[in-house]
Amino acid sequence: MLVVDVLLAGLTLGGLYALTALGLTLQYGVARIMNLSYGEFLIAGAFGAFLAFDMLALSPIIALLIAVPLGFALQWLVYQVLLMPLVRRSGAGPALEVDSILATFGLLFVVQGLMLAAFGGNIVSYAYLSEPVHVLGSTVAANRLLAFAFALVIGLALYLGLTRTRAGTAVRAVAVAPQFAPLVGIDVRAVSAFAFALGGALVTGGGVLVSMFLPFSATAGVVFAMKALIVVIMGGVGNLLGCLMAGLLLGFAETLVARFIDPGLTLAVNFALFLLVLLMRPQGLFGRAAR
Amino acid sequence: MDPNKRKALCIALGLALAAVQAAQADEAPKAVRIGWVVAKTGPDAPGAATTTLPNYKLWVKEVNAQGGLLLKAYGRRVPVEVVEYDDRSSSEEAVRATERLITQDQVDFILPPWGTAINLAVGPTLAKHGYPHLAVTSITERAPELAKRWPNAFFFLGMGSQYGEALVAFLEQAKKAGKIGERIAMVSVADGFGVDLSQAARKAIEKHGFKLVYDKSYPVGTQDMTPLLNEVKGLNPDVFVAFSYPPDTLMITDQSRVVGFNPKVFYAGVGTQFPIYKKKFGASVDGVMGPGGVDFDSPAIQDYFKRHTAALGQEPDRWASSVTWASLQVLQQAIERVGKLDRAAVAQEIKSGSFDTVLGSLNLENQLFRNLWWVGQWQNGEFYGVAPADKKGAKAAVIPKPAWNH
Repeated sequence: MLVVDVLLAGLTLGGLYALTALGLTLQYGVARIMNLSYGEFLIAGAFGAFLAFDMLALSPIIALLIAVPLGFALQWLVYQVLLMPLVRRSGAGPALEVDSILATFGLLFVVQGLMLAAFGGNIVSYAYLSEPVHVLGSTVAANRLLAFAFALVIGLALYLGLTRTRAGTAVRAVAVAPQFAPLVGIDVRAVSAFAFALGGALVTGGGVLVSMFLPFSATAGVVFAMKALIVVIMGGVGNLLGCLMAGLLLGFAETLVARFIDPGLTLAVNFALFLLVLLMRPQGLFGRAAR
Repeated sequence: MDPNKRKALCIALGLALAAVQAAQADEAPKAVRIGWVVAKTGPDAPGAATTTLPNYKLWVKEVNAQGGLLLKAYGRRVPVEVVEYDDRSSSEEAVRATERLITQDQVDFILPPWGTAINLAVGPTLAKHGYPHLAVTSITERAPELAKRWPNAFFFLGMGSQYGEALVAFLEQAKKAGKIGERIAMVSVADGFGVDLSQAARKAIEKHGFKLVYDKSYPVGTQDMTPLLNEVKGLNPDVFVAFSYPPDTLMITDQSRVVGFNPKVFYAGVGTQFPIYKKKFGASVDGVMGPGGVDFDSPAIQDYFKRHTAALGQEPDRWASSVTWASLQVLQQAIERVGKLDRAAVAQEIKSGSFDTVLGSLNLENQLFRNLWWVGQWQNGEFYGVAPADKKGAKAAVIPKPAWNH
């Protein structure tokens, strides 16, 4: 059925975009680190899942349980070791953004080089849950549906966590007014490190889920990082629900255009929407970090 | 003997000896310096890592295991030494690095980069400096014209029109035999390979009396093919042709299985022949067609596959890998026949000689290699050449394609 076809394809593609962007919105919005090596950590998660699947015959779901805490720890270390000196030096002012772009740009090459050395430049792909699921007369791949479900669950859980818990409130305070947060006893650096690491956990987990259905290679990270950046800026930097909505918006727009106009125009509609949002609402569809 | 004659003979002999000694004394190089500029990073890296670099590494390893290239002029084998650069998938970088290989590293021969665009980019530089350019992973309609302009350039993988024409002519046979109807759906990636081949196929489709019911392109890096496949499936074509790049090829195959789109002929582009395709899908893709193919019954091919896999831990692809290997055999034999590092003479030998390669006896017509597999098909876990049907080793095509095995 046409409507269900489009609905499912739009949801799964949009979910995928949102899933790969959620981590960046935390890292950029709360920790104020424009992490250019973001895509590389997604690919690292994907390789992790591939290794687990190929060598240990572990399901990617189990790999996810390992990858998420590992991604958290790794990114926390990256923040403490690589980025903390920059934070100190810039006093978390505007200089931090430029400095962090340069530092993470370097990190991009280090991580990519390590993956190239370990896995070579080949395309990698494996088959997991690549089974049709029939929904109201339409079909969708089980792995894509699963990734969409995760995007939804993670997005909502994070949203609730940020708006309903004390720790979440502290994170939001840092996102909104880092200069005043210490006045109420918030350790801005610790919260920033936490948010950055949480973003890392999300992106690594996203990589694991994405690897179930998208072919990837050691050098493919930048493609994901670009898309994520568009979604983050469209949704409003640091705004989790906005990120989810922007991802879905792009997914639906692309699916509709591909189905009813021409698949060749998906990229065009993507950037047209982006441009439109930038012109009309430069702060993003839903504004900056949810207050 | 007349003393004068004897004197002359002695002098001649002495001179000849001196010449030989001089040649041995001052010219025998310590190593043959081979350079290459290939994408190790960037979007071209996966293609280069599948097809090009493994063959280069294997070649250097095997040549050096024999003691090097046999240079008759010095009466001995000279080992090969490698200078390698990463072009980062950028044409400008490839040209810069190629110039560096020539002027600074002063390599003796240069092996070509991966990809049509980058081969065309470095073509003028190699031509200017007189280096033989054995372009393998380069499919361009302009090959005959370029071969005239660049006298040292050789094109090994054919032209888009040859693939398009061969595919559709082959389909016409199947149509005449009543195996398929006239409806073809075609999609192509909006980039060099897809644009070239779809243009060629469009003409051929019209010429051979087929009906093109769907003809769209999609951008590089598309992450979901379902909308496109659903629409194509609804049109119920007899033949589905995708001129796609490796990630798209994997995705199109995977999602066609999922949405249950199983036309009588299913043809996908680059990637169909890759080891990863076989590994990911296994027997479930029996019947899928694509450009290229190998004659897997040939002992030379089997031996090459074994050595490649043993040395590099990965299988060759089933299209350009064996052609790349053949081009290296051509270069090696040409150098050894000339017997010294004389690039002009080697290029001349490649132009006119006949070579014993993994693909059988190989010679070039006007610097172009034409005896290729244009269409291959997965049959029982192997990607056999099926067209041209009269080529030695051709398998009969299985049409209609069997159902996807879930």
